[in-house]
Amino acid sequence: MKHVVSIEDLDNKRIMSLLKRASELLPVAEGKKKSDKLKGKILSTCFFEPSTRTRLSFESAMQRLGGSCIGFADPSATSHLKGETLSDTIRMVAGYSDAVVLRHPREGAAKLASEVSDVPIINGGDGAGHHPTQTLLDLFTIKEEIGKLENLKVGMLGDLRYGRTVHSLSQALDRFNTKLYFISPKSLAMPEYVTDDLTNEWSTHQNLDSILGELDVLYVTRIQKERFPDVEDYKRVAGAYRINSELLNGAKPQMRILHPLPRVDEISTDVDNTKHAAYFRQAFNGIPVRMALLEQLIGGE
Amino acid sequence: MSDNLLRVQPIRNGTVIDHIKAGRGKKVLDILSLSGSETTISLLINVQSKIQKRKDIIKIEDRELNEVEIEKLALLSPDAIVNIIRNYAVAEKKKIEIPTFISELVHCPNENCICNNERGVSTNFKLLSEVNLQIQCTYCGRKIEEENIDFI
Repeated sequence: MKHVVSIEDLDNKRIMSLLKRASELLPVAEGKKKSDKLKGKILSTCFFEPSTRTRLSFESAMQRLGGSCIGFADPSATSHLKGETLSDTIRMVAGYSDAVVLRHPREGAAKLASEVSDVPIINGGDGAGHHPTQTLLDLFTIKEEIGKLENLKVGMLGDLRYGRTVHSLSQALDRFNTKLYFISPKSLAMPEYVTDDLTNEWSTHQNLDSILGELDVLYVTRIQKERFPDVEDYKRVAGAYRINSELLNGAKPQMRILHPLPRVDEISTDVDNTKHAAYFRQAFNGIPVRMALLEQLIGGE
Repeated sequence: MSDNLLRVQPIRNGTVIDHIKAGRGKKVLDILSLSGSETTISLLINVQSKIQKRKDIIKIEDRELNEVEIEKLALLSPDAIVNIIRNYAVAEKKKIEIPTFISELVHCPNENCICNNERGVSTNFKLLSEVNLQIQCTYCGRKIEEENIDFI
């Protein structure tokens, strides 16, 4: 394994070994145990567009393993503005570090970077393209919460059209024999280019009630205001897909709710204290998963 | 065949592109930048054919198509046959093949793709399906079908 541009770069065996290692690394991620596995190693975080969560969790993961980080969080501080190409920036940064995390507003940026870099490139999000470590942490959360990844029934709710998170996760879960339920307004339905590739059973629904009781996992995404030309339309649609604790009476007791965060009001705060809420643990899981990946990429395991 | 010969004379040296998908001949001339050249070129449109119902034929005098040109042609009309003519005889008959990787031939339709936004990056496509022609940008993953291919 050299670069991780998309989740397709990781086969199931590799995914399972990463998730297993992430689980072992939980005490280190929590700061309860120390590790110096990556002592003396340097990770570059090159963020051509802001993403606090992804950048900070990579930096935390690297430092928990005894390594250190260099990088930038904002391209205005770099020679990008002087007209330097991404390829040139990456070649330079690759010479300064043992791996590079790249976040870029253009699709395919990480793929291009992987073609010019001597050190591993990790895609931290490329425009509307891929974000493989988000998919990994979603898979890890499901496995930790439910106990397995195979043969589950997973619902995806909200904006399924524009949300790349749910596209990649659907394709990844399909590799583990998952039955998928897509719940969204028609205008925000899962695109065909995603469903065309699915090999397991899937179905679309306009509301959650009829299928909630079947689900092992419900993955909720934010419906963004800017997708609707009319504010009233937005309010009506967003209101119809809101989750609250009362609604969850119809769910299996062990059903878990995930959300990539930040949430606005698609999950009511009264859900936070129910046994279904897994989204805060999910956000934390970015650390052990990225630690496992960094160990394998930089530590050569 | 004899009908065709009456319409356009045989050429001594050059290339005859036969079995071009009917109606695509003009596009082939444009894509191969042949119309601006100084050689004599004949374009036959909607010729009756045994294999296809109708086909286009292009005869280019004193010029043999190179590999890059043949790759472009393959994307435009995969069933075309390239005949290299030397001294009035067919010296070589090339069945064209769509390359597995298509480099610097096709524009990526995704304006936000890195290949449309970075100096010195050439476009790159992977052949997904030959039957219903479909290619995919190796950078952004955008898939395009035959009718939407925009040549560089």
